[in-house]
Amino acid sequence: MSEFSVLGRRLPKVNAWAHLTGTALYADDIRLPRMLHGRLLRSTQPHARIRRLDVTRALAYPGVVAIVTGADMPEKMGIMPSTQDETALAVDKVRYVGEPVAAVAALDEDTAFEALSLIDLDYEPLDPIFTIEEALEREDVKIHEEARRANVFKEVHLAFGDLEAGFAAADLIRDDWSFFEGNTHAPIETHSCVASFDGDGKLTLWTATQVPHYVHRELEKVLGLPRSRIRVIATPNGGAFGGKSDPFGHEFSAALLSMRTKRPVKFTLDREEVFYAHRGRHPVKMRLRTGVKKDGEITAVHFQSYLDGGAYASYGIATTYYTGALMTVTYRIPAYKFDGVRVYTNKPPCGPKRGHGTTQPRYAFECQLDKIATELGIDPIEYRLRVLQPANSRTVNDLRITTMGLGDCLKAVRQSTSWAAKRESLPKGKGIGVAGSAYISGAGLPIYWNPLPHSGAEIRIDRGGGVTVMCGTAEIGQGSDNMLATVTAETLGVMPEDVHVVSGDTSLAPVDLGSYSSRVTMMAGNAVKDAGMKLRALLIEAASEKLGVPAEHLGTAYRRVYDRRDPEKHLTFIEAANLAEGKHGTLVAAGSYTPPAGIGGSYKGAGVGPTPAYSYQASVAEVTVDLETGTLTVDRITTAHDCGRALNPANVEGQIEGSAYMGYGEAIVEEQIFRGGLHKKPSLLDYKLPTSLDTPELVAILVETNDSEGPFGAKEAGEGPLNSVVPAIANAVYDAIGVRFDETPITAEKILDALGKRDNRGVTKDRIGPNGLGEAKVDRATRRLAASTDARERKKTGTPAD
Amino acid sequence: MTKSLTTLRVNGETHTVAAEPHHTLLEVLREELGLTGTKHGCELGECGACTVLVDGKQVLSCLVLPQQIGLSDVTTVEGLATGPQLHPLQTAFAEEGAAQCGYCTPGMLLSAKALLDAHPHPSRQQIAEAISGNLCRCTGYTSIYEAIEKASRA
Amino acid sequence: MLRLPRFRLVEPTTWTEAAALLREHGAAASDVARGTPSVPVMLVAGGTDLFPNMKRRQFTPQVLISLGRVKGARDISNGSGLRIGAGATLSEVATHPSVTGKYTALAQAAGAVSTPQLRNMGTIGGNLCLDTRCNWYDQSLFWRTAEGFCMKTHPEVVCRVAPSSPRCLAVASADTVPALIALGAKVTVENASGRRDLDLAELYREDGVRYLTIGRDDVVVSVTLPDATGWRSTYVKLRDRNSFDFPIAGVAAAVRLEGKMVSEARIAITGVGSRPLAIDAKALVGTDLDDEAIAAAADAVHKGSRPMDNTSGTISQRKRAARVFTERALRSLRDA
Repeated sequence: MSEFSVLGRRLPKVNAWAHLTGTALYADDIRLPRMLHGRLLRSTQPHARIRRLDVTRALAYPGVVAIVTGADMPEKMGIMPSTQDETALAVDKVRYVGEPVAAVAALDEDTAFEALSLIDLDYEPLDPIFTIEEALEREDVKIHEEARRANVFKEVHLAFGDLEAGFAAADLIRDDWSFFEGNTHAPIETHSCVASFDGDGKLTLWTATQVPHYVHRELEKVLGLPRSRIRVIATPNGGAFGGKSDPFGHEFSAALLSMRTKRPVKFTLDREEVFYAHRGRHPVKMRLRTGVKKDGEITAVHFQSYLDGGAYASYGIATTYYTGALMTVTYRIPAYKFDGVRVYTNKPPCGPKRGHGTTQPRYAFECQLDKIATELGIDPIEYRLRVLQPANSRTVNDLRITTMGLGDCLKAVRQSTSWAAKRESLPKGKGIGVAGSAYISGAGLPIYWNPLPHSGAEIRIDRGGGVTVMCGTAEIGQGSDNMLATVTAETLGVMPEDVHVVSGDTSLAPVDLGSYSSRVTMMAGNAVKDAGMKLRALLIEAASEKLGVPAEHLGTAYRRVYDRRDPEKHLTFIEAANLAEGKHGTLVAAGSYTPPAGIGGSYKGAGVGPTPAYSYQASVAEVTVDLETGTLTVDRITTAHDCGRALNPANVEGQIEGSAYMGYGEAIVEEQIFRGGLHKKPSLLDYKLPTSLDTPELVAILVETNDSEGPFGAKEAGEGPLNSVVPAIANAVYDAIGVRFDETPITAEKILDALGKRDNRGVTKDRIGPNGLGEAKVDRATRRLAASTDARERKKTGTPAD
Repeated sequence: MTKSLTTLRVNGETHTVAAEPHHTLLEVLREELGLTGTKHGCELGECGACTVLVDGKQVLSCLVLPQQIGLSDVTTVEGLATGPQLHPLQTAFAEEGAAQCGYCTPGMLLSAKALLDAHPHPSRQQIAEAISGNLCRCTGYTSIYEAIEKASRA
Repeated sequence: MLRLPRFRLVEPTTWTEAAALLREHGAAASDVARGTPSVPVMLVAGGTDLFPNMKRRQFTPQVLISLGRVKGARDISNGSGLRIGAGATLSEVATHPSVTGKYTALAQAAGAVSTPQLRNMGTIGGNLCLDTRCNWYDQSLFWRTAEGFCMKTHPEVVCRVAPSSPRCLAVASADTVPALIALGAKVTVENASGRRDLDLAELYREDGVRYLTIGRDDVVVSVTLPDATGWRSTYVKLRDRNSFDFPIAGVAAAVRLEGKMVSEARIAITGVGSRPLAIDAKALVGTDLDDEAIAAAADAVHKGSRPMDNTSGTISQRKRAARVFTERALRSLRDA
């Protein structure tokens, strides 16, 4: 029998019923009396000065109630305190097509939409910058005046160990360039919020956000309203994946319009607008040099990343560091150098998407390890097993490793997929490939460097045996509400359905920093456990007295406090709670969690990378390539994931499968790409989310290492399992057709190109990918051409119809 | 323009609502009838989140006008349960963890219902085809298959 | 949320009434070549093509004539061949026993359109009249404002795909059309002056703006297929995903076999030009569909495919797929 009464069981999520009956209230489902409807006017220019912005005509349109512009909210804001370079609505200048410029509130959405075309806006176009290369070179164009060198947002250089000696000792040095294309979260729910500024001078914002705490902070800053007067409620997110973890223009606009009109104001983005809100996966060019001995032992790694950040900072400073930080936690690396650069371009800002900043370098690394294994004649799984970073160790960049299940994951996928037999026997066009990866269970350091807890929780027991847990986490579909209920229930000995969850509400729940960096189970879970254990002690004490059983013999489970030696000797949970309340007063306890000290280094830049515990995963992909059409089909993805402990195995499997699905999409079809400054595919028809008829068979295997840092041993599950999937597919494609894809996505066109079937010349390639930074010339020429035709044609078109 | 009266049969109940003639069934369900269980994800027929059943068939409520369907029977997620009795699909989705963020779920449930009503014991391939017009960004569809299969055995 | 522009819906109950309404609202005088935002009246059946386009403000008619209540519009009836009312949904076409039995290519093509939901709504008539598609055109008002519009909606502007092109290069994207052409379909059209029949292939022209040869006051009433005894047919479609997506190359092939020998053959393609195209397949006649004959037919398809960079996928990928799919289609007919 399990030592747990709730954990480890495949129980339905406590919040599932609301989702399944249509009663869950997402932000756009909220309707308040006298509510106004908002729409944003967005920039049609990639880079331009705003010469004139006049809302007079729009304000006169029947049904329009109020309009705000950038000038009404000039305060700089942004998620990272050190790089706040954004305003709620554009001030003086626009930096990407789709940037919000003005916000209209009207009696209904039709009217607000129609009024947008009555806002008079003149631009003075500026030279746009669309590529990493141009951004690095062009001193004459500054997307942000603050950038010190050209359009460089952030530059990072870190070195550990003796790199030169490492390369000198190597028998083989691989030096590969690669490129990971940008892509976006595309949650099915579009961003939405409702603001209500009430007669008592208090503002409430219901919003689909992953980070109610940071939205709370930024609202104070931008609106000049004390945080004590603001309440932010994170509504259930209809998917987020990192895309709802910045403060957004529509949130500030709703708030300010509500303050101006004293009426509730709702903004719901349409699908296209979500592609402009973006904050998704950075396109990254990478150079990776790795030295190894004949037996495969790694002697040195030098990694360089060039991130295309888009127009604003978002989490970019962290993203930049993350491209380098986690390279060391999977395999033994004695010497490591990392150079990272993130640049500004005139495109929607990039930010954190599932696997934040680590997905791209992991792709480069795992594809390169596959090449190394091939060159050394070692089986790719066997190779990885040989060079594993040990458990309970420190990496060369001073990251503390606790449990480390990558070896078990690799063995699990090897066995589950009949790896060895398939490697031998698959015909040309069919392939199997592997990759490993890792991720953090929450960032070890907070965004605002202060000594406050990362997560707080409060639990209250009422006289009828009901339990309420309050925690600032945001439920984004990852199952955090259920985790809160589960940990509370396990700790107190009740069932999850006895627990009321209050989450994501800055007034009712203690601060949790938010649902990002896979931190919630680790941090909020520990905070809840902390609070729960305090209450449990009171219950035990009361029961011990009443039953005459020493406290150490008492257990709590199934709504009872009982003698472990004689379970029939017990008090009900309600009896114990009432006794405890009589003795101690109202039963409320608070818990909190701060990650331990000493989990990272002390050098500048050491703040990104440490975590209480790393998750590990390995994926095997099996693919089929149509040699005539270039069509790539992924038949099956098997992922084993070291989650520490599965608090709810069904939910962990769901995270693994969902990650595999998303990684699959990134590997073969999804791309956030532009034609000049215009998004090429801002719709769900053109931006291809895989359907049920495309998605491979997904197999999830749980590996439990029981990490002492996690609540009951748990580590993260939401992000890491994406990372191993993308390179596993690329490596399988190599196995199928002998072509290395140092570039995503792996499209039919690229496959045909490599097979010499793209044109009549029949030139085959053994590799698709970049050979250096370069390749900007073509882009520049295209841009110049586009700009001149645009100018010519704008003249011809005159003003747009309706 | 002004609102005009439309009569709709939704979940077995007849409603007369005043609605703008250019507002879609999706907008009328959500905004005039307060049935916000039906979701919108793209408004262009490209995601399936707004799927409802019209006379038992899966239809995109974002691309149909109430006037066009007249008194046909509309079923939304709110009408899936029979009184207090949840539909087996709802129970199975909960048990299999087939709803993560829950946003595609109402549309997914209705596509699944249309399938089970026509084919009580579908194959995995039939399920995949039946839900191929409903994008899910969370699950990778695996748990949804398992839930529909479970419901088909109920 | 993106919403429809304001309009008025009228619901005739006969084809004649629909044609009269078109005339009444000045359809004949309207011309898409003068700019689609100015079109005053349009027909709507399933709405699956029209409403997204209207939400994106590609056109903003003040009056919509809904064909949903036209009596008998969705009838599918057997005569010497098969007559399918324009209002039959794609689901009905894809699963109707008379279609699945003898007209495989049509059943496959109708079943390959978008999603189950869309097939339950979209009609065969709507698919025949599907607006041509282009990723410079199928964009929101906002996007197209940023771009500066294109020839398809604003005749004074160039074609974005090829600025020197004298015509719009938007792409024919209906799945059922090549299948119907390969099956020898005729289409019946009605306007206020009466009815007429034409070969389906003649319904289209190589112009992304005026892609239909019929007038704006014409309404497609039905499509008629000749008897298919002795014929085998199939439709193969290239798309990025196995659902939702329009064809970026589609090939339909039909052959009548006498013993092993081909006595008649038709091939038609879509997704690789502004009109669906019948390909000369005479060379197949008299062969037993040997590999050489198939390769020659595939060559002809390859030559007839003129994709541009205005859909998903790439030009070379789509051209190549057209060839490969032709080979596969014909081989599957031979080996069936």
